Amino acid sequence: MSIPPLTPVLTDNWDAERSWTLDSYAERGGYDALDVAFGMAPDEVVAAVKDAGLRGRGGAGFPTGMKWGFIPQDPSAPGGDKPKYLVVNADESEPGTCKDIPLMMASPHTLVEGVILASYAIRAHHAFIYVRGEVLHVVRRLQRAVQEAYLAGHLGRDIHGSGYDLDLVVHAGAGAYICGEETALLDSLEGRRGQPRLRPPFPAVAGLYASPTVINNVESIASVPAIIRNGADWFASLGTEKSKGFVIYSLSGHVRNPGQYEAPLGITLRELIDLAGGIREGHRLKFWTPGGSSTPLLTEEHLDVPLDYESVGGAGSMLGTRALQIFDETVSVVRCVLRWTEFYKHESCGKCTPCREGTWWLVQTLARLDAGQGEEGDIEKLLDLCDNILGRSFCALGDGATSPITSAIRYFRDEFEAAMHTPTSVSFPPAASTAWSDAAATAGVGA
Amino acid sequence: MTLSAETLDELRQITARYPQARSGLLPMLHLVQSAEGRITPEGIEACAEILDITPAEVSGVATFYTMYKRRLVGDYHVGVCTNTLCAVMGGDEIFAALKEHLGIGNDETTDDGVVSLEHVECNAACDYAPVVMVNWEFVDNQTPESARRLVDDLRSGAEVRSTRGPAICTWRQAERVLAGFPDDRADEGPAAGPASLAGLRVARERGWEAPAAGGTDAEDESHGAATDTDPDDAAAVAADEQADTSRAESEAKLDEGKHEAQEDDA
Repeated sequence: MSIPPLTPVLTDNWDAERSWTLDSYAERGGYDALDVAFGMAPDEVVAAVKDAGLRGRGGAGFPTGMKWGFIPQDPSAPGGDKPKYLVVNADESEPGTCKDIPLMMASPHTLVEGVILASYAIRAHHAFIYVRGEVLHVVRRLQRAVQEAYLAGHLGRDIHGSGYDLDLVVHAGAGAYICGEETALLDSLEGRRGQPRLRPPFPAVAGLYASPTVINNVESIASVPAIIRNGADWFASLGTEKSKGFVIYSLSGHVRNPGQYEAPLGITLRELIDLAGGIREGHRLKFWTPGGSSTPLLTEEHLDVPLDYESVGGAGSMLGTRALQIFDETVSVVRCVLRWTEFYKHESCGKCTPCREGTWWLVQTLARLDAGQGEEGDIEKLLDLCDNILGRSFCALGDGATSPITSAIRYFRDEFEAAMHTPTSVSFPPAASTAWSDAAATAGVGA
Repeated sequence: MTLSAETLDELRQITARYPQARSGLLPMLHLVQSAEGRITPEGIEACAEILDITPAEVSGVATFYTMYKRRLVGDYHVGVCTNTLCAVMGGDEIFAALKEHLGIGNDETTDDGVVSLEHVECNAACDYAPVVMVNWEFVDNQTPESARRLVDDLRSGAEVRSTRGPAICTWRQAERVLAGFPDDRADEGPAAGPASLAGLRVARERGWEAPAAGGTDAEDESHGAATDTDPDDAAAVAADEQADTSRAESEAKLDEGKHEAQEDDA
């Protein structure tokens, strides 16, 4: 039996009538996994997720079951006598990443069911979904799903007669990319400015309220019900040897049919672009991000790299969040890199000097180049600045800021050199890249 | 303006949702915005008093997050995504068109107080680029023309619907929902937009499904063959390109495998 290129599991109910409601979810076996889990010891649930090989879907790819296993359960161990917490990172804001938002919009109950299973496994009685504030309707759907789950007895006291209690709070953030970083998220959830913490101690021992805490991405948690329902072997039968299971790949930009494509880990961008109807008519791929703007750019030569954790790492980038932003030959890489850098400058929380000051200098240098007024030595200056930022801050934001720059210079150095004298808007007129540029060209009038 | 007794009561209710009251601060500030139209000194004082922290501490939080506004915004706060992908797909042009059409700049409000404009960062809707947000509802796949029409409709009082949500409420009503007081409109709008369903549609057309549970002892290695493929020459070596995973693993090792590693959404 061969496995098809696309394997809808998480996305399978998104086209169902009123898929966000409990009725629709329950009709398809929703919340059945709870009774399976309650028939197991919490450690067995942890073991099942370990055996499945589920790895974090929020970017880092750390094994989820192992993370759960770090929570101290022995009361005499450090942190072991404190309450445990589960926090779902639903602060999706890495540029290009757009998978968790549609998941919570279409099927919030998948996430809620996963939260209950994960909380049971780590023995938490309080869980939080930290969702970014800028997605109002997603917040509504989550609030409703949690309310429905309480009314149906899936949350609250003595869930399904198991004796297990769990409270779940939907918590809306207030606009800060840095809160996607797990320790900044914890500070934010404690009602503070969202700034990363020094590790150790790690959240598994001293997280929320200095208590043992698991922080998992939405898609990681949403993958758990299927694992419990169908078994670890089933999950592990999908994907590659080290990158198991199915994930959502998000295609955006210059492809014919951008959107969400759920497939086993290991599909290639060439296959995905083909499924998405190809690059937009009359154009060709120039560069792309495998997992958001913090993952080094790749080019046409990487079309056949299997999109799993190891292979993308081997190609000099990172799988990240599988945010595949596709740019064709009409796009100036210098313009793109400047815009991403402006983003990191804006979002730097200001805690660490290399990131706070470095991103500022990067923007100044790149802005000059974008305007065609680069100065002798600017490219070297960019690389030197990146070298002084990378690995020199508390969290990965600063590291991420350097990724697009160093990779763009590696693959497109001539474009940076041309920007010494020619503005990018002249070399690459922005009008040629817009979503309506082709319509304008064929119609002969402005769209 | 002073906060009503009802609002003060609701601010206290928010703190009760959490094991520690201060966790309520972000939703409390959303509620202040709903009641006052912005973060006011009175609102800061009220939060500080309820949480028994200093106004300076509350202020420090309120100034950190971009959704908190010190000045009044319009009834409809329009955000144009100008992060890279949306910018390239036309977001820059849309933002320029709206500034010109409304006669206001970034972070400014029209004289009638109805529409304010801001360029926003990635709002997680890249498959619908270029994206415009109104009071944090999605208005997908915009053009300069459709965006001008959108703000004209908002200013004329016509009902405007989100492409993936309900009829758009006012900014203050939206802030109330974010504070955790639902408005009972979760059932409006579709489950998903067309791009969200793009892959599912292909799978349905071709009859592709995930394997059924149980019957999968086929030990399918067809996808498993491709593990450690072509390490891309010298490119693979640079320290800055270490897979995040390996960093995560080494962090874990640092702590003798006892602790977890970071998993940023960032």
